[in-house]
Amino acid sequence: MLWIDCPWCGPRPETEYRYGGEAHIARPDPAATDDAGWADYLFMRTNTKGVHAERWMHRDGCRRWFNVLRHTVSNEVLAVYPMGTPRPETPRLPGDGAEGA
Amino acid sequence: MTKFSIFSLARNALSHHERWPEQWRSPAPKPAYDVVIIGAGGHGLATAYYLAALHGITDVAVLEKGWLGGGNTGRNTTVIRSNYLWDESAALYEHSLKLWEGLAQELNYNLMFSQRGVLNLIHNVHDLQEATRRVNANRLNAVDAELLSTDEVKAFCPILNTAPTTRYPIMGGTLQRRGGNARHDAVAWGFARAADARGVDIIQNCEVTGIDVDGGRVTGVQTTQGAIAARKVGIVVAGHSSVLAAMAGFRLPIESHPLQALVSEPLKPVLHCVIMSNGVHVYVSQSDKGELVIGAGLDPPNSYGQRGGLHTIEDQMGALVELIPIFSRVRMMRSWAGIVDVCPDASPVIGKTPVDGLYINGGWGTGGFKATPGSGWVLAHTIATGEPHPLNAPFALDRFTSGTLIDEHAAAAVAH
Repeated sequence: MLWIDCPWCGPRPETEYRYGGEAHIARPDPAATDDAGWADYLFMRTNTKGVHAERWMHRDGCRRWFNVLRHTVSNEVLAVYPMGTPRPETPRLPGDGAEGA
Repeated sequence: MTKFSIFSLARNALSHHERWPEQWRSPAPKPAYDVVIIGAGGHGLATAYYLAALHGITDVAVLEKGWLGGGNTGRNTTVIRSNYLWDESAALYEHSLKLWEGLAQELNYNLMFSQRGVLNLIHNVHDLQEATRRVNANRLNAVDAELLSTDEVKAFCPILNTAPTTRYPIMGGTLQRRGGNARHDAVAWGFARAADARGVDIIQNCEVTGIDVDGGRVTGVQTTQGAIAARKVGIVVAGHSSVLAAMAGFRLPIESHPLQALVSEPLKPVLHCVIMSNGVHVYVSQSDKGELVIGAGLDPPNSYGQRGGLHTIEDQMGALVELIPIFSRVRMMRSWAGIVDVCPDASPVIGKTPVDGLYINGGWGTGGFKATPGSGWVLAHTIATGEPHPLNAPFALDRFTSGTLIDEHAAAAVAH
């Protein structure tokens, strides 16, 4: 089980959270986007093997969303940061697969 | 290829079974092949087998980063069925089930294929409506399906707790009698042996580290055993589809998750069918060795770690004990996880990619094992002819652009 540090409630077990998938996916302007662009926004994912930026919500606590950097092989949580802020720099770890892919 | 039979068994008994030949070669990779299949799991080996057996394409290499059948082929819960709601899925999975029915004879390999019946339980009015609709849809698609009452469920599988006082009472079930199980390892081994006998090179411990693309066309792969040129390449790497796609410069509508399963200590025969329940979310069958094989839902966060959280197992074991109280005293021996590639519509991607000559078969989510022969059959057709077969044309990658999704998330007779 993951142990995630909620920015407002402190460290809590994974079962208290809801996972929200990949972070930093900007919604394009529907009027200015073709079908391929919309499919890319709606369905395509980097699905990174390595350090993954993702959204979590503290469902059983403060019910607030925030971002997490987590390594998808080791499950190590590397950073927790607010929604709307850019992804922080993290050291590249050994064993990263398709890093940045 | 040594033909397995009662006579070869008797002959080898005389030499204490010490002179069986190896079932497939372990060749060094050649510098170039007509077709390279990445991934020697069931689907990849089936693809190579059907390329050789049906399309006469034998200059084929199957590259495997670990050992043959050591990924999801060796980690699934071996359930086979074809009772999917939508026409496209029913056609694909039913084609696969029909191939299963003759596969042991075709491959001359005991797959321990057992059509013991798959029973999907109904726990509430909505389940009943969904099940009724699905059974009707199955029958229209010539897929065998029956709707059972609570009493019929009890008669078919007596150890189920059908008392109306349970937390999620059993209000009936759907039964596909032609569904069942097969021995997962034997499926990989059988396809490997039959493909090898037709000239396919199976190369283990050979990880693909890059895909060579020149002018929008695939030209080969880079591996830990050197560069291998190929006219056509198939990506059949359950659990790593996005990683391989990234090597070729495109993204997929896939997220990878751990799916856990576990087995109990061996018991005497107690459960003769496969039981699946959406409402309490667990599925269970008993292997020929006597172990209960138990699976359920995936862990939500993306992961490539081949392990999941204990809370997921606790949930599925709670569901199992609710359905079959006598299992509460069975000890579990081991648990594991495989990484499953899940598409937004819970249907696979089989067909062309944005790169010419590069094909993909992945995104099977939690239920790829049942499709092993059918999946290899349609991908072999796609690679051999350059165009998808009508069975896999609806499962093209461009359905995510056109919007013609095959949404089996709630319809596939199991919650994903």
